[in-house]
Amino acid sequence: MAKRDDDDYPTTGHEWDGIREYDKPMPRWWVWCFYATIVFAIGYTIAYPAWPGITGATQGVLGYSTRGAVAEDIARYEAQNAGLISQINETELSTILETPELLQFANAGGAAVFRNNCSQCHGAGAAGAMGYYPNLLDDDWLWGGEVEQIHQTIAHGIRWDEDWDTRLSMMPAFGVDGILNDAEIEAVADYVISLSSSPAAGTLGETLYLDNCAACHMDNGMGEVELGAPNLTDAIWLYGGDKASVVETITYSRAGVMPAWADRLSEAEVKQVAVYVHSLGGGQ
Amino acid sequence: MSADTSQPPKLFEAREPIFPKRVSGAFRRFKWWIMAVTLGIYYLTPWIRWDRGPNLPDQAVLVDLANRRFYFFMIEIWSHEFYFVAGLLIMAGLGLFLFTSALGRVWCGYACPQTVWTDLFILVERWIEGDRNARIRLWRQKYDLRKWRLRLTKWFVWLMIAVATGGAWVFYFADAPTLLVDLFTGQAAFVAYASVAVLTATTFVFGGFMREQICIYACPWPRIQAAMMDEETITVAYRDWRGEPRSHGKKRDATEPHGDCIDCNACVAVCPMGIDIRDGQQMECITCALCIDACDEIMDKIGKPRGLIDYCTLGDEVRERAGEKPIPAWKHIIRPRTILYTVLWAGIGIALIVGLFIRSDIEMTVSPIRNPTFITLSDGTVRNAYDVRLRNKTGDNRDFRLSLTSEAPLRIRVSGTDLLSVPVAANETRVQRIFIEAKPGTDAAETHATDVTIWVEDLGSRERDSVETLFNGRN
Repeated sequence: MAKRDDDDYPTTGHEWDGIREYDKPMPRWWVWCFYATIVFAIGYTIAYPAWPGITGATQGVLGYSTRGAVAEDIARYEAQNAGLISQINETELSTILETPELLQFANAGGAAVFRNNCSQCHGAGAAGAMGYYPNLLDDDWLWGGEVEQIHQTIAHGIRWDEDWDTRLSMMPAFGVDGILNDAEIEAVADYVISLSSSPAAGTLGETLYLDNCAACHMDNGMGEVELGAPNLTDAIWLYGGDKASVVETITYSRAGVMPAWADRLSEAEVKQVAVYVHSLGGGQ
Repeated sequence: MSADTSQPPKLFEAREPIFPKRVSGAFRRFKWWIMAVTLGIYYLTPWIRWDRGPNLPDQAVLVDLANRRFYFFMIEIWSHEFYFVAGLLIMAGLGLFLFTSALGRVWCGYACPQTVWTDLFILVERWIEGDRNARIRLWRQKYDLRKWRLRLTKWFVWLMIAVATGGAWVFYFADAPTLLVDLFTGQAAFVAYASVAVLTATTFVFGGFMREQICIYACPWPRIQAAMMDEETITVAYRDWRGEPRSHGKKRDATEPHGDCIDCNACVAVCPMGIDIRDGQQMECITCALCIDACDEIMDKIGKPRGLIDYCTLGDEVRERAGEKPIPAWKHIIRPRTILYTVLWAGIGIALIVGLFIRSDIEMTVSPIRNPTFITLSDGTVRNAYDVRLRNKTGDNRDFRLSLTSEAPLRIRVSGTDLLSVPVAANETRVQRIFIEAKPGTDAAETHATDVTIWVEDLGSRERDSVETLFNGRN
């Protein structure tokens, strides 16, 4: 290539500290690319939703919409999973646990349902919250840890008035309702705490316990799953195992509420999340 | 240039068409061999079979993107072992440094796909349209029936080569015999057709029409090479102290003294880059050495010694001008700089090979569950959960047994089963939830963290792997 003498070349007239700017044209390929983008843009606005109007935008001749694309994706995945979903619907929960393919599918689907619907209270890791929501990872179950029992709890909820099959039970507020006085409550609390190690036999607390509490929590304090009466002999205290907490529980009573999910989730979803919760490590 | 300020000059010249002339000689023959070998490797490799057992593909070289596996004969690489590929790329980079510092742009001149395919396309062009002069005549004449016929024949053959090139590429990514049938019956995936189409288009356009413009405008390597070369690098050069003043014909008879160059333009006519090597080293030169062959042929004819255009170095130029002897070629190649590159290159290569052979067929990674860090069971036992990722890289289904070692009395359990062994299918990864438990009141249950080593053992081969992790107690 011949050397060009650029000194005579026209400039834009701009000059900064002796540095002048050449008035050189755009490269031809660049200009053509620029025109190509304009042509493309016009075609694009015809093909796709683009121009805003008063009440909406032009829809584009391809009829594309992002919502429609998502709906198509969802429909495709649902069609893909339809076979497994119908199997989940038709299969007993205990059988699902023994069928690796269904178990894997139910665990994956259940985990998604859990994150969307359950984690708000029970936590993303299912560890619950002390004093409010039970930990689903341990082996202590207020209403039973068999997969069918978990399914019943999820489907119909706990103390959820709108569901006729909901699990119901109510601990009396012994202090507020005047069934026991403060001294008696203290004595019962001492006895209840002693159940975990060595029960304080022959105390006032034991007598009061047998009279007032044993109907639900049983004579030995092991609780009763049918009534949602917790086991008082183990190391797990949803509302706290120190004396002040136990006194408060006896005085005011405790009654957690969980919504029924049968109306909000499909049967397959309820089954999947039951399998998932069962498999978290505490299932019986 | 006398610039007319009212009418700016054209700054962007259209491409000057280049019509490389046929040449014969040692370097040309060498380049034919390299073309045959490299194209042979490219087109045939996907068809080599390699038996890996019933559960694994039997293609010797396969990039299985869907399953994230890379197979190369006896070597299988999983996606988490991608550092082997990174290592190979570093070796390729260092190799390029080594060859460039010793031999200049030898990659560009002989082995670069752009050079090889362009060479093939020029071969086809010459075969259909004739040699340089015939092609120039054809280019100048108007389109008539003959020109259309020749042009269309040439484009068709180019297109067939391009389709074969794009087609061969996709065979590296799927079972080649199956994919070949699928491609022709319309069963193959869209991405396969798209890849073939894109590579067909690039091969056709780059090899047929853009050619040297790819090297000059698109490729960064010619610009980097200036930094990689030094005065001892062997490159293609014209011995102007021997050739100049050039002259030919009557003028040559009249001028005295005259150099060996008879200004026959043979070196220019054969150049695929369209340059004149006699202008000295220039960015466009890919050192394909065809001008050496062309010039040597002429030198033989006029009875002058060969090597007017030759491989030589900038350092030798100075020595030869001064009448000294040039340094022997091996001294150019074996220098501290090239030795350093070789040592680095070989070091990485040896590390990769050692890494390949000490790999285990089973592997495990452990991710402790931190939400929550621990839970208390009804009897007061403290439990930690872990997700272990077990990899069975063999071609058989295996049972992996999990165990742990720790100073503290801890117990390991596998979620969902009473057994401690987990079946892992051939060539699969399995994620398994496990629990480690400490009895109530023990040190591990009450202290913040206890060291634990989790072991996995393949019950068949007795291979083991272990991961150190922590057990979290109540505090």
